[in-house]
Amino acid sequence: MLKVAQPDRPDALTWVFLGLGLLLLPVGLYLALSAPPDVNQGYLVRIMYLHVPGAWLGYLAFFVTFLYSLLYLFRQDPRYDRVASSSAEIGLVFMGLALVTGMLWARPTWGVYWTWEPRLTTTAILFAVYVGYFLLRGAIEDPELRRKAAAAVGILGFINVPISYMSVKWWRSLHQTQSIDLTTGKIHMDPAMLQALLFNLLVFTLLYLGFVRFRSLLAALEARKEEA
Amino acid sequence: MRAKYLIGLGVILGALAYLIFGGLGQNLVYFLTPSEYLQDQGRYQNRPVRLGGLVKQGTVHYDKDQLELRFILTDGVAEVPVVHKGTPPGMFKEGQGVVVEGRFREGVFHGTNLLVKHSETYQAPKAGWTPEEVRKLIEEAK
Repeated sequence: MLKVAQPDRPDALTWVFLGLGLLLLPVGLYLALSAPPDVNQGYLVRIMYLHVPGAWLGYLAFFVTFLYSLLYLFRQDPRYDRVASSSAEIGLVFMGLALVTGMLWARPTWGVYWTWEPRLTTTAILFAVYVGYFLLRGAIEDPELRRKAAAAVGILGFINVPISYMSVKWWRSLHQTQSIDLTTGKIHMDPAMLQALLFNLLVFTLLYLGFVRFRSLLAALEARKEEA
Repeated sequence: MRAKYLIGLGVILGALAYLIFGGLGQNLVYFLTPSEYLQDQGRYQNRPVRLGGLVKQGTVHYDKDQLELRFILTDGVAEVPVVHKGTPPGMFKEGQGVVVEGRFREGVFHGTNLLVKHSETYQAPKAGWTPEEVRKLIEEAK
């Protein structure tokens, strides 16, 4: 994701991702707010347009961390480690958004903000693991050891992503199963809602790509300053 | 600097251990069905459990003065009478999937917490929904 010659400024692609993402964010909001209400829960269903993209991008960000942690262990190049930690950081933001919006959605529909059911519990564990990832990074002073230890957590921590995703199918839960089911390809949603959801998903993905490139560059600049 | 992170790491590891061994251990079975309860009644007497199933059609009685909700929870095979103190959540209705937290006393399940399940299917109301109609819809759902 970063060029070999270390640049001082974000490259054009980073600006394109960030610019498009920020530009389309209000459009996504408009689509979300003009999408039809649900028969059962009325307008409450609109929290989905934040909740679902947040959770998916969290999963994606942790997957990128997993991938770049592996790359780091094989190639021993600090650039991979910087992308891995940048992605984990942004993943925490998106996962945090999913958790908060989920709680706000749960109170009026389920009746409680939180309950220790499988999807919620595995997601809480997932969140805690990546908070631990950054505490571990902070605790180790030797840069190489820090990167290796972080890569180990980045790889092992990812195991929880498919567990969290499948938790609603594997165990009895309060959380409903996937409305867009990637394992069966079935979609249980009004086309107008699906459109708004997919659009918001696209916006979040653009923002994620922009953020992760920007953050990786910042990490590179930080590392260069430390060396000097 | 380092000690601070180590303390934080300790807190996270402790929390993870608690979540995995304390929380998740019990929650792999998040709720029991009425049949499962009736098969092993002795085990669950006077112990807090979660019971999940559907609210049986035509069995909901809500006493507005006493704030007492009574209904029959069914899994299609077995049925369990439930008493819950407090107002029902907005999406509670007959035929809905619910999870009740509470304990059994003399054959009646006394709920302390009532959670309403909803399906993964999202549908728009049929034909030309106006904001007024939707407002009515939401009112009715209450």
